[in-house]
Amino acid sequence: MAKAKSEFSVIGKSLPRVDAGDKCTGRTKYADDLRLPRMVYGKILPSIHPHALIKKIDVSRAEKLPGVLGVITGRDLPIQFGIMPTSQDEHALALDRVRYVGEPVVAVAALDEETAEEALLLIDVQYEPLKAVMSLEDAINIKEPRIHDYGPEGNLHKIVSIDFGDVDGGFGEADHIREDVYFYQGNTHLPMEQHSAVASWNPSEEKMTIWSATQTPHYVHRALAKVLELPDHKIRVVAAPVGGGFGGKDDPFSHEICACKLSMLIGRPIKITLTREEVFYAHRGRHPVLMWVKTGVTKDGKITAMHFKSFLDGGAYGSYGPASIYYTGALQTVTYKIPNYRFQAIRAFTNKPACGPKRAHGTPQPRFAIERQLDRLAEDLKLDPIAIRQKNMTGPNHVTVNWLKINSNGSKECTEEVLKASGWKTKFGKLPKGKGIGFALSTYICGAGLPIYWNELPQSEVQIQVDRSGLVTAFSGAIDIGQGSNTVLASLVAEVLGLYQTDVSLVTADTDLTPIDLGTYSSRVTMMMGHAAIDAAMKVREPIFEAAAEEMDVSIEKLEARDRVIFDKENPENKLSFKDAAQLAEAKFGPIGAVGSYKPAPKIGQYKGSGVGPSPAYSFSTCVAEVDCDAETGEVKVEKIWIAHDIGRALNPLSVIGQVEGSVYMGLGEVLMEEQDFRKNLHKIPSLLDYKSLTFKEMPPVETILVETDEPNGPFGAKEAGQGPLSPVIPAVANAVYNALGIHIDEIPITPEKVLKALEEKKKGNPPRVGPKGIPSYNFPEPVKVEVPAEWKR
Amino acid sequence: MLRLPKFQYLTPQNINDACKILADQGPAAMIVAGGTDIYPKMKRRQFLPKTLIGLRKIDDLDRISGSAKSGLTLGASATLTEVSSHSVVQESYAGLAKAAGAVSTPILRNMGTIGGNLCLDTRCNYYDQTHHWRQAIGWCMKAPSGKGWPVLQDSKLNQSGVPCRVAPGSSRCWAVSSTDSAPMLIALGAKLKLIGSKGERVISVKDLYNDDGMFYLSKAHDEILTEIQLPPSDGIKSTYWKLRRRESFDFPVLGVAVALKQAKDGTVEHAKVVLGGIGSCPFEMAEAQNILTGKRLTENQIEAASQSVFNPARPLDNTDFHLFYRKRMAPVYLKRALTELATMGSNV
Repeated sequence: MAKAKSEFSVIGKSLPRVDAGDKCTGRTKYADDLRLPRMVYGKILPSIHPHALIKKIDVSRAEKLPGVLGVITGRDLPIQFGIMPTSQDEHALALDRVRYVGEPVVAVAALDEETAEEALLLIDVQYEPLKAVMSLEDAINIKEPRIHDYGPEGNLHKIVSIDFGDVDGGFGEADHIREDVYFYQGNTHLPMEQHSAVASWNPSEEKMTIWSATQTPHYVHRALAKVLELPDHKIRVVAAPVGGGFGGKDDPFSHEICACKLSMLIGRPIKITLTREEVFYAHRGRHPVLMWVKTGVTKDGKITAMHFKSFLDGGAYGSYGPASIYYTGALQTVTYKIPNYRFQAIRAFTNKPACGPKRAHGTPQPRFAIERQLDRLAEDLKLDPIAIRQKNMTGPNHVTVNWLKINSNGSKECTEEVLKASGWKTKFGKLPKGKGIGFALSTYICGAGLPIYWNELPQSEVQIQVDRSGLVTAFSGAIDIGQGSNTVLASLVAEVLGLYQTDVSLVTADTDLTPIDLGTYSSRVTMMMGHAAIDAAMKVREPIFEAAAEEMDVSIEKLEARDRVIFDKENPENKLSFKDAAQLAEAKFGPIGAVGSYKPAPKIGQYKGSGVGPSPAYSFSTCVAEVDCDAETGEVKVEKIWIAHDIGRALNPLSVIGQVEGSVYMGLGEVLMEEQDFRKNLHKIPSLLDYKSLTFKEMPPVETILVETDEPNGPFGAKEAGQGPLSPVIPAVANAVYNALGIHIDEIPITPEKVLKALEEKKKGNPPRVGPKGIPSYNFPEPVKVEVPAEWKR
Repeated sequence: MLRLPKFQYLTPQNINDACKILADQGPAAMIVAGGTDIYPKMKRRQFLPKTLIGLRKIDDLDRISGSAKSGLTLGASATLTEVSSHSVVQESYAGLAKAAGAVSTPILRNMGTIGGNLCLDTRCNYYDQTHHWRQAIGWCMKAPSGKGWPVLQDSKLNQSGVPCRVAPGSSRCWAVSSTDSAPMLIALGAKLKLIGSKGERVISVKDLYNDDGMFYLSKAHDEILTEIQLPPSDGIKSTYWKLRRRESFDFPVLGVAVALKQAKDGTVEHAKVVLGGIGSCPFEMAEAQNILTGKRLTENQIEAASQSVFNPARPLDNTDFHLFYRKRMAPVYLKRALTELATMGSNV
């Protein structure tokens, strides 16, 4: 299927996104833009306690307020839900207990938002406060009260302890061993669009329709069916265009369920749009992770063993946590050859908004730790920081010790390219005082190999219908959250059928109208929907080509399609317009349409936890950051970012670069200022003003280099771009700060206060470092020994 | 989204009518100019006025007149964009152009006014939160119930018994003066005109403020700030340095305003150093002024003057950045401000 690039007519071109016009002119209808006849509004009363039993809820005064149409509490929605089969621990409205400040307790429907807000003030909830568990240390030490009645013990949600290879033997072979501790602060997605849902119950059809800003309409569909106790086919979920998700709209949420329930109750459509503060409470953002990493290396820098411990502060609910915990250990082996690897981790429950998947889910934290430690190992061994990485980098067609199969691997090329572009050799160790440069490498999956709930069905499906006008309509369950999946869908179909991108009409993310796509997460859409689209388009092309071949009197193998024309490759003058060919085909075969689908190959690892990490392909990114540090104020100014990304093939370079730049922006926010900060048991700064992220003024120029490796498993060779490029940015900046000032900031964000503190330590002759002092003492269970792949056996 | 509570909006045609409404309705009525401070606070229910008095219909309240030579008069409703981009301000009162131009974002400066910035409510990260958040953490002295401003005004505020959350043992509120323009206008020796139902008066900008997070303005409730009077520029050089996490959007958590007049030989004849963002009002740094006056702006003088503001700067933990960091930055920012002025050509 893969063609040489010169032959593509649509793919590989920097075409404008298909939805760019509407977005730039304000025509796109986001969920909150929708207005249905007779529509009313909902508001949700949040908990004011971090941990408490609900003794009594009195809604009578609210119900009497003129304009209030309905009030519901946890009793109205007693069935639990959650994104994963193992994390069905949420209620749409707290039932008997609240677990964080901001947790939804009561939902109100009223004629307008003002009245609904007023009604919330009239609700009286009596609580019996419980001891709050506000940190990882608390969670380990406070056995009672438990936040949940499941999990291995006390307030621990999940424990992992696993060995690949002979870890002790590996450390025995090392000439040098380092142990370091790092902390990665939690942060949130901060999408421009707040979550919003419009639900409309049709009592005569007994059918629910919901339009929601969601990344996962299919999973929302499943959760609604469960909680509302409606048959699947009586629910229609439409994902409205999403104004930024980044993982924050991957779970089914309280407001979606409450909107449906209230609509059923009052018989009118209802909209619930979260406030910015409520978005901070809905969260599911980056887990704060405390990490301890011990790595053994030979004199020349070759890694002999690694022992990695992660402690995840999960917040109040499971969410994607069972996957997040494994992701903090899964991909270490994908960038570097680690022959013997031990991974141990805890995810704890705390009385804070639940953490979950944020862009590059669970992997930027360990990436920060290992890329910082590699620089230290290099310094210990008097090696170049690049050389030590090159010594250990994986290559193409490699199976890792934890059974992950890498096909294409551009880490070597990405390294060369980014060093060249940044002028690394002329800068490293040669910049004036206060200026520094740092490097890091990272990787990410191109789609999780396994669906969230176990099933044998395809993970993405596309249907194509050809109209006699020459128009082609593609139906896909995938939702464009700004990453450009609609453009990818249109361009792939156009490429196969020899049309222009704009000839393809799209119907997406509507569970009544479109076939399944599991959702926009794990960088899976281009990979999986892409394959399904090509599959369907190839099937559609077949009868059209057959009819064309007959008309043109050539054999079908000689035909090619581009620019709306089907022609004989050997005699291009012998041609037929796509429209004419489509009509001939319709006359001959009846309506022209087809379906295509994709399911990744089965995973090759067969151990508990092997479901997290496998992917059809892995992207690779390298980053060089140049910083200018002010030793008097502690301010770190990032002057420029160079980033090389192994994209496999850029289906649309402009779109890919946009994704890479967005990742850089978000990574810089995480490394420089973003913090999900808590004080006195609640979020300290739940507002766009006080939760600091970069403005235009802090955003440096970014030079993106795309490296193409033609991934054999990718649609036309493509890999992901939306998440992976975030991860190397954080350690690259931290390494650059060390290069500039000789200080180690081992916890992000790197704030001016921390820089000054480290400089003071340095002045006093202490280790020039700010970071966690250690890890909690916790006896992990004996690691489960996993048999390693043949190539790693000794 | 958060919604505005219901209120009545009045648009008097002249200032006396506006004053009369204020006098008649008392604390239930409040003034709105640009609305960038009051509307968010109404949504968060710190203020629940029954009546808002819009100043937009009042003629000439946004006029900028005069000259550097005679002194410039800024109508209180002139927007921060108008002030910061005004040619006379830029040329002769450069520090004010910087300070007004450093407020928030371009969009908010297009709405926010210079008078509004001077009257900006004091800020505290225990206070500038939603109704729900404040209820969860516990009400504070400045907003001792969920009921909002007019009710509070009626009930002897600081006798509510509700503690200050940042300094629980304190008998006063420590919310932070977060106006960029006030320290600069004080350093420039500006005055302002207040018109009330009982007549008008002109006071120095400095005298507008009390060192109290709750009662931070000295003006009577029915007095309206109508204009700011800058003295003749008279060769004064000025600048403003602002500490904040980001170069846009953020309120100052330290503002350093400096205005100097130097003789031909460089001797400082007159120096004003005013710090904002470190307490409930702008503070004049007398020791730094003394050190600078009568001497040239040498490196040593700058260093000595800068170090002298370390002790008087006493921020508390109720804004962005660690309080000790803010304190530590006061000398650094003053040094940078003075160095800038020392290397700047004469402004005459």
